Amino acid sequence: MTNGAMSSAVGALASLPARAVEPFWKWAQRRLGMKALPWLFLLPNLLIIFTFALIPVAINVVFSITGSDNLYPSQRPFIGLSNYRTLADCGNFLDPSTCSRDLFWRAVGNSLLFVPLQTLAMVGVALMTAIALNKKIRARGFFRGVFFFPVMLSPVVVAMTWQWLLQRNGVLNAIISLFGANRASWLADPNLAFFWSIFVTVWAHCGFFMIILLAGLQSIPTDVYEAAKMDRASPFRVFWKVTIPLLRPVLLVVFVLAVIRSVQTFDEIYVLTGGGPGSATMLVVQYIYETGFAQQPRNYGLAAAGSLILGFVLLIFTLVQLRISRGEND
Amino acid sequence: MTDTAFTQAAPRGFKEFFKPRGERMHWTDYVTYGYLIIGVLVMLLPVLWVVIGSLKSPANLSEYPPTLMPMATQTIVVDGHPDPLPLFEVTQDDGTVKTLAQIRRVGIRAQMIDPDDPAAEPSVVDVAKAKPIRSFNPTFDNYKDLLRTAGDTIWRSIYNSAFITIVATLITLVINSMAAFALSKFRFTGSTFALVLILATLMVPATIILVPIYLINSQLGLVNSLWGVILPVLATPTGVFLLRQYMLTIPDELLEAARMDHASEWQIYWRIVLPLTTPALAVVAIFSIMSRWNDFLLPLIVLNTKDSQTLQLALAGFKTEQGIEWHLLLAMTTITALPLAFIFLFLQRYITTGIASSGVK
Repeated sequence: MTNGAMSSAVGALASLPARAVEPFWKWAQRRLGMKALPWLFLLPNLLIIFTFALIPVAINVVFSITGSDNLYPSQRPFIGLSNYRTLADCGNFLDPSTCSRDLFWRAVGNSLLFVPLQTLAMVGVALMTAIALNKKIRARGFFRGVFFFPVMLSPVVVAMTWQWLLQRNGVLNAIISLFGANRASWLADPNLAFFWSIFVTVWAHCGFFMIILLAGLQSIPTDVYEAAKMDRASPFRVFWKVTIPLLRPVLLVVFVLAVIRSVQTFDEIYVLTGGGPGSATMLVVQYIYETGFAQQPRNYGLAAAGSLILGFVLLIFTLVQLRISRGEND
Repeated sequence: MTDTAFTQAAPRGFKEFFKPRGERMHWTDYVTYGYLIIGVLVMLLPVLWVVIGSLKSPANLSEYPPTLMPMATQTIVVDGHPDPLPLFEVTQDDGTVKTLAQIRRVGIRAQMIDPDDPAAEPSVVDVAKAKPIRSFNPTFDNYKDLLRTAGDTIWRSIYNSAFITIVATLITLVINSMAAFALSKFRFTGSTFALVLILATLMVPATIILVPIYLINSQLGLVNSLWGVILPVLATPTGVFLLRQYMLTIPDELLEAARMDHASEWQIYWRIVLPLTTPALAVVAIFSIMSRWNDFLLPLIVLNTKDSQTLQLALAGFKTEQGIEWHLLLAMTTITALPLAFIFLFLQRYITTGIASSGVK
């Protein structure tokens, strides 16, 4: 993809629609003047944002304080905070089975375990890989490509791939039985399934964070390392005293991005385990999907209340991220 | 000059090969290579295993332990038998091994015939003493079967996915670059407000507004319509931001010159600014293609009919319909992953630098 080829293609495309829309824009420019014209350029974008982001947030609030399985807000009776109360109705918060919505609390519990473990594993693997790929080694481009390419795979493809490997007659069982171990039902045991849901999501996404960290590492001036070398500092010392402090801003942003993504995890696990066995790998987004769309009758109100709680958590993370990136820029 | 030419021409040892600058291998280099090699195995082999699997016959697939490569039993055409017969290596009572073709099998006994002597009486052989003769034999039958049995549905899904990806990406590029043009090349009241408004949507992930998006789609008559999946995420805040930052670097003198020549603002946008923004547009395009082709949750909610489903939905729904037919499922998985694998192969460098430069922002 050379720039020349791309721009000539854009140029060829450019002449076609221009002829069709130009009269309209000339007319609009005459009528609106230069002050209002920019809004015309912004219009399609703002229209989409209002229709599919801002209005939905408002509707979500309305949904969460109204009941029944009717989709139309005007036909939904007002029930106040009842949905939130239903979600929070627990005898003992540490024991999901005492909650009226025990699946919600199981999902919350799973997420509370999943998010920190997955984020730590993700950032850890991404950081190790980025550091390895930042060294002067052979075939760096190849290695980089290998670690990145799962990012291009769809979550469904990722889930199918691992299901194929982890099935009872799968290749993983064949390999471990070579070493004399017994075949395991990797996705049928709650703890193993939870482990694999972390493993698979890290496998699928660590390349994305690896690339960001690699860009961060490459912006560290090499003379800092030269100086450390002169001082005969050990690799560990260099890592803790040079790499980590200088990488801190990027590392923090990667951390927050990884947490935000982790909280929203749905597709891979939904296809890999379906949230099972039982509810061992059900996360909050899946609970929202199931309550709002998969169950009969659909409980939009409860799903909306769950979404708003999730949205609130994400808002906090986003604010933290903004705070961090602003702090680093100053 | 001559010195470097000499060192490069000199025969290089094992250690020098892994250390391009002629430095000595440090222990951290060994650790690095060890980690990377394990990493390559873990990242690459699973996908390779799926592709290999998709080239195996159903019988070969159901074997345990699995064979490394696609294997098939060799067959031979014997006079007097209409179908090709499978070949076996049979251990005789005296210990010699003979190659026989199997006519039929009943329980633990099989009727076999010597292919070199088709006229002779078939012999009865204990199955335990017969070993099939197998050879490396990849087959594309799974793909053919998939396209045949799934028929129109799969072509429909491929079309739907391609339509959504292409149309959504084109519109995303146009409307995002229009917004970026307004936000980078005009001074007007409310420009900061507009920018903040667009960036604020970053905080509203699609996962938490599923229910309202479903409602709005149903009000607009877009449920089970491909447009119901295309419209909601057309305006991407990161896209606008990236394009705006890039357009800020285009000198305003260029635009002034065009205005002198009585070009309209649309012409300036379409003929001057857009072609100059090509590199940034390419990054936004790759992001859009990736997320649209791979999207799962939004289509899952909006598209409920067979005719409107995407490739991802078809793949995910595959096993619930007819049990797990691994041979078809693996072929389908490969087909679903293929287009992006090709894009990645050719654009790897641009994709990774694109993410590195925009991911943090």
